[in-house]
Amino acid sequence: MKTLIRGGHVVDPANGLDGLADIAIENDRIVFTGAAPDDFQPDQEIDATGRLVLPGLVDLCVRLREPGEEQKATIASETEAAAAGGITRVVCPPDTSPLIDTPAMANMIRQRADACGFARVHPLGALTAGLAGERLTDMAMLAGAGCVGVSNGLRAVDNTLVMRRAMQYASTYDIPVFLTPQDPWLMGNGVIHEGEISTRLGLPAIPEAAETVGVARDLALIETSGARAHMANLSCGRSVAMVSEGRQHGLPVSASVAIHHLLLSERDIGAFDTRYKVIPPLRTERDRDALIAGVRDGVIGVICSDHQPHGADAKLAPFSEAAAGISGIETLLPLTLSLVDRGALPRLAAIAALTINPARIIGVDAGHLSPGAIADLCIVNPSHRWQFTPEKMHSRGRNSPFLGVELGARVERTLRAGQTVFELSG
Amino acid sequence: MMPSDSAVQFDSSGRLRHFLTINGLPRETLTGILDTAESFMSFGQREIRKVPLLRGRTVVNLFFEASTRTRTTFEIAAKRLSADVINLNAARMSTSKGETILDTVRTLEAMHTDMFVVRDSASGAAHLIASHLPSHVRVINAGDGRHAHPTQAMLDMFTIRREKGGFDGLCVAIVGDVLHSRVARSQIHALSTLGVAEVRVIGPRTLIPTEIESMGVKVFADMAEGLSGADVVMMLRLQRERMEGQLVPSEQEYFSRYGLTEEKLRHAASDAIVMHPGPINRGLEIASSVADGERSVILSQVTNGIAVRMSIMATLMGGADGGEETG
Repeated sequence: MKTLIRGGHVVDPANGLDGLADIAIENDRIVFTGAAPDDFQPDQEIDATGRLVLPGLVDLCVRLREPGEEQKATIASETEAAAAGGITRVVCPPDTSPLIDTPAMANMIRQRADACGFARVHPLGALTAGLAGERLTDMAMLAGAGCVGVSNGLRAVDNTLVMRRAMQYASTYDIPVFLTPQDPWLMGNGVIHEGEISTRLGLPAIPEAAETVGVARDLALIETSGARAHMANLSCGRSVAMVSEGRQHGLPVSASVAIHHLLLSERDIGAFDTRYKVIPPLRTERDRDALIAGVRDGVIGVICSDHQPHGADAKLAPFSEAAAGISGIETLLPLTLSLVDRGALPRLAAIAALTINPARIIGVDAGHLSPGAIADLCIVNPSHRWQFTPEKMHSRGRNSPFLGVELGARVERTLRAGQTVFELSG
Repeated sequence: MMPSDSAVQFDSSGRLRHFLTINGLPRETLTGILDTAESFMSFGQREIRKVPLLRGRTVVNLFFEASTRTRTTFEIAAKRLSADVINLNAARMSTSKGETILDTVRTLEAMHTDMFVVRDSASGAAHLIASHLPSHVRVINAGDGRHAHPTQAMLDMFTIRREKGGFDGLCVAIVGDVLHSRVARSQIHALSTLGVAEVRVIGPRTLIPTEIESMGVKVFADMAEGLSGADVVMMLRLQRERMEGQLVPSEQEYFSRYGLTEEKLRHAASDAIVMHPGPINRGLEIASSVADGERSVILSQVTNGIAVRMSIMATLMGGADGGEETG
């Protein structure tokens, strides 16, 4: 089976490509990117004129809700939603139920996803047994079962010695450690950024220091353990500066930000609007701008969806009791491109943050369109204006503050290993 | 422009239909409520204490958080307006288990309730309820978490106006646990809207929320400085359970720094009044000699609370749609 994608504008940051090119695919692999050689006889041609052709996106933080919360969503529903968002690989944190703390569970999740045939799932293994922050898991065996890293989910490891040993152990086998830096004492029962809005609404607050204390501690532990670490979903401008300094000193640390933290702030919460409840919380407009600058400067290499689908009732509660999280997998790409359109991010840096950079962090050969690569890619109409509505969502979770918003780009087709796994109808 | 938590209070033609927060209400609305309350003040002394303004209406006092005095004054206010009153003290399960707060409210609404008076320990609970009920149902916030207690603030304003004749040029000091106080937040909004000269908050940094200055107040840590020249001193209740945390080291130290004694009160204006929303912790935030002294208007606040709550209920129902009688 030979496919030619003709006339598209290819953006492939790994190869520095940002211009018109054809892409030829034979079976599951890309055979060339550029002008088509005369002897290539495709069985199928896809006209990509006026479209962007991108490597399939790699999303570093996606909660699938399976196993354990299938009433909210399933591996099938969410990997299909991923494909509809141009995403061909997702990384899922270990805080499923049961947890991903055994090779069997990691294998089961990957196989379930492969059977569904949409986006691939790369699990993270638990960093500590039961995520209790006390004993190490069988990390090497978890890595052998396809875990691309280890993580304690949103649960802080408050015993610093355990965290140091976990990092040392992971570094022995060069397993990336995914961190969500936060000080559990300063987090307390907080639900909103500590500042003007928390004071007005009278909600328990999470100070900036809850994150920066965690970042500072973890940077010190990275330095002494040598672990390859990834700080996930940063929310504070100060954290960006701290990570930047660590990187300048040669620390092997990368960072990501959720797309909503680049677009929203505490002010969007308005009158207790639970759609905007996320952890870490939306912070100030200054933090938001510093996070954007962090992506622009390369300190934050990855933009993720931090996808958290919920059922309809989860947000129908007083703010402090409502579930946190946004169903964001289908808006990751259009919202990132909106930042490009308004000049906040250069296009190559933005696409790199969705493709090659996350792929490198998890150590998989993906996120680029080099000859020989697995043919994971998506075709995007960059001038399709459409309203994001619940009916158009594929995710089971309809908990998005972007519902009703007009988006400026739309995924038209997604290929996984040369096969079309999503095609926009109509 | 600060996003407002006020918009849901108004119907499409701009009439007030819920009373959830003082924030965002225009000065005329507040003075209108105070004026109407003034006209209800004489009722308490009359032989027949009822007016038929809410006759045939059903008011449900829905208290998810224990309260005796506030619920009682709402009940008396509603009965003096001739409403049928149901009191429900419901223990609320957290939303993850059992009936949700909205299930409870919708069930009661299905029994043709015209007005809910709601108290809950979660900030925003009254907003949640108001935005999920049919448009003809009214909601009064009787206290939501740390967010707002707007009827308490209105009765405080009523008391200040009666004692001081108005708000122009007044310096008001609010003392104590502002962090956990829904009363303080509503008082600050009301005082700013009614145009006092200065609002101060006094307390240790652990009890003063961050960026409170953005609400237009001055922060003081020292009572002598903060009370200096104050015309009104509004004490806040310090929950004894806060003492167990790391917010205040001890009752003795708190009282020595912030407990209102006659000696500290001398820093205020010579005709300053002392207020407290109750219940009082004698010897913790206020000395008995001050609470029971001649400057104290604490019992007037309680009396005034009935007329002010009658006024708020009448104001909301006056803008109600629908027929005279409901089932």
